[in-house]
Amino acid sequence: MAIKRKAYVNRGECVACGCCVKVCPMGAIRVVSGLYADVDVYKCVGCKKCAVECPASVIEIRENESGEASA
Amino acid sequence: MNNKNKTKKWYDYLWIFSTVYLILGFVNILFAWLGLLCFFIPLLISIFGGSKAYCNRYCGRGQLFSLLGGRFGLSRKKDIPRWMRSKPFRYGFLVFFFVMFFQMLFVTGLVFAGTRELSEVVTLLWTIKLPWHWAYHGTLFSAGVAQFAFGFYSVMLTSTVLGLLTMALFKPRSWCVYCPMGTMTQLVCKAKAKTSSSEKTK
Repeated sequence: MAIKRKAYVNRGECVACGCCVKVCPMGAIRVVSGLYADVDVYKCVGCKKCAVECPASVIEIRENESGEASA
Repeated sequence: MNNKNKTKKWYDYLWIFSTVYLILGFVNILFAWLGLLCFFIPLLISIFGGSKAYCNRYCGRGQLFSLLGGRFGLSRKKDIPRWMRSKPFRYGFLVFFFVMFFQMLFVTGLVFAGTRELSEVVTLLWTIKLPWHWAYHGTLFSAGVAQFAFGFYSVMLTSTVLGLLTMALFKPRSWCVYCPMGTMTQLVCKAKAKTSSSEKTK
């Protein structure tokens, strides 16, 4: 099974600055009501641009097998 | 690819506004009043719009940091220390900022009332008093108008210097992590989200 990389946001520590939204080439991230960034896992390709950009470093790229749900 | 809407919008150039603002403070201190826009616009957007659209789109200072730290490479691009992104630090910095801000308003009030002389200095990092008389050419109104300008420009210059420092040390927009306006607007959004969700359950 193919390994898929996805971005995960630590919502509790996200400052909702929106830096990740700006760099995402897939338009897969949005800031929900000024609270935290939310990644659309179906659009995310795991390119890591958001994780590199995030000034709070609260985005990490996790690998998981496709089709498997992961928190 | 979904790369179509990456064309620059008008608001991607607001870093020019921030830069010009900083320069104008060296020309005539009264321009410092314009900085109130950076206080009221984000607050109004969060109160009435319930979003951080200001941080997300319009913040010229954030754009300036990402330009200098990103394209110009003036950032180490390292992770910010964990304590700096913690809630105690962010909220603590917000409170500290507020206290210093109200102290500045109090001094302005004294000058307005005529019980204190106008001091033509810009105070950097709340301690270093820089002579700034060259940027003061008198005011049509009370000396208090100028005192507020000196005080407010001190706030703006101090936060820019702190932002540049953390930009160099950590990631370009590290300032956004502990920016008092960002913390405040996020708190407003949290309060709004809480009240709207409790209204829904009623």
